[in-house]
Amino acid sequence: MQIYLPIAEMSVNVFLILGLGGGVGLMSGLFGVGGGFLMTPLLIFLGIPPAVSVGTEAAQIVASSVSGVLAHWRRGNVDIKMGLILTAGGFVGSFGGVELFKWLRGLGQVDLVIALCYVVFLGIVGGLMFVESVQSLVKSKRMTESGAGRKKLHQHTWIHGLPFKVRFRRSKLYISAVLPLSLGLLVGVLAAIMGVGGGFIMVPAMIYLLGMPTSVVVGTSLFQIIFVTANSTFLHATRNFTVDIVLALLLLLGGVIGAQVGAKMSVRLKGEQLRVLLAIIVLAVCAKLGVDLITTPEEMFTLGAGGKH
Amino acid sequence: MRMLVVLFLALASMATAPARAADPLVADLSKHLVAITTGFAGTDVLLFGAVDGEGEVVVVVRGPSKAEIIRRKDRQAGIWINSGNAQVEAAPSFYRVASTRPLTEIAPTAVLDRHQIGLDHLDLSIDTSDSGADQATYRDALMRLKQKKGLYGEKVEQIGFMSHRLFRTELHFPANVPVGTYLVEVYLMQDGDVVSAQTTPLVISKIGIGADVFDFAHQQAAAYGLIAIALAAAAGWLAAVAFKK
Repeated sequence: MQIYLPIAEMSVNVFLILGLGGGVGLMSGLFGVGGGFLMTPLLIFLGIPPAVSVGTEAAQIVASSVSGVLAHWRRGNVDIKMGLILTAGGFVGSFGGVELFKWLRGLGQVDLVIALCYVVFLGIVGGLMFVESVQSLVKSKRMTESGAGRKKLHQHTWIHGLPFKVRFRRSKLYISAVLPLSLGLLVGVLAAIMGVGGGFIMVPAMIYLLGMPTSVVVGTSLFQIIFVTANSTFLHATRNFTVDIVLALLLLLGGVIGAQVGAKMSVRLKGEQLRVLLAIIVLAVCAKLGVDLITTPEEMFTLGAGGKH
Repeated sequence: MRMLVVLFLALASMATAPARAADPLVADLSKHLVAITTGFAGTDVLLFGAVDGEGEVVVVVRGPSKAEIIRRKDRQAGIWINSGNAQVEAAPSFYRVASTRPLTEIAPTAVLDRHQIGLDHLDLSIDTSDSGADQATYRDALMRLKQKKGLYGEKVEQIGFMSHRLFRTELHFPANVPVGTYLVEVYLMQDGDVVSAQTTPLVISKIGIGADVFDFAHQQAAAYGLIAIALAAAAGWLAAVAFKK
């Protein structure tokens, strides 16, 4: 059954899109990630214009983050103060990101920048995750050699010398507000350009850079993703006219069901195994995009609408 | 079947109007409006008509002209980057030709050029400052890309004569057909020149919810953006509540 997407201006198979939403939803339920980093490239592979893929995916991430944050909220795993500061940075970042996107689109380089961002960030995050989870898999096999000494909450570095210190009660932190503000900004820019929520960058950065306890990391990350992707949805809709509401709703429908199935399946798998699997998927997407950049394309020419769009 | 009835009616009206017997070419379309609805997956429009006397029939379908930009990739520092481009001032967004005989057998190049019949005879102004490729390469690329999208005909399609006077051909419009007012030009050729021509407009337009969404998204972008966010948030919340256990 074909359905005409009013903004993408093309027909797609309804069941293909529902299946795609379901498949990526399954991943996100299984691994606890947003899935934007998978969905946006897949939509582009399907022939949806990259700009529409990015704009529409932003809307879908709003939905999946709202649905994900509620469970964390109930358990009190959201550091609201931290979330709001990250959001403030993220707002500025997504403004910048959407403008940058518009500018690159005019230059004809937006596809390249999207692909490069994906290769670099998926490569780094996937690589680190893979190494770390394989190590912990090996360690857990050797059995734990009893807790080796009491660990410090976190190391003190130059980061803790920055001004505008704020106390984050929920995260048990006393750090400069400049840090989360600039982290939010950076992830906001990337989220707007790549059509992702940015959780896969935000979560490791919160743990390793800010030193937040893992219990509040996912909830807080989802909390700020809602506002930042809502902002980029709005900006993509008003600046680029690239949010396809019909496509977003179809993806949502599949995604919601997939996520629930995934969440149930994840109970049966071990944390380390899940992380290795996720790392492999992330690296596979990264490799596919990387190979596409360097292999000689079959068609050297592409067509874009001339003049003002 | 309905097509045949239409055909007969067209014939009948011609027969009952002997006063205008001088018209050597009559043609019409089975519909003058193609509506792109939510379930649109391409459509066929029947073109039919009759000629008086000898000759060949050529049909050209042109979509509204648009500016295009063609980009060329080149390898830089190991990766393929859009490195050059060419602007086309006005290229038909859709172009297809059908004919009763191969174009080269019907008319000389000058005539085909004058009427812009056939992809090779389209008058396109291509502007480029790219040193890596010339205008002809860009022109070929444009044709190839448009053909791949199904917007330019791969070949000249066949028009069938039924008896000596009646002709018909199916014009196909794919699912990604651009909207606008199309011109369907029908030429009657004799001895290598056009002796009669008729132009019929065909409107391709979005109808229904899809059209409303598109208009709303462009005219009330802020409201559309807010609605998109509200819908997404509501859907997410509903999902969380529905699957609470």
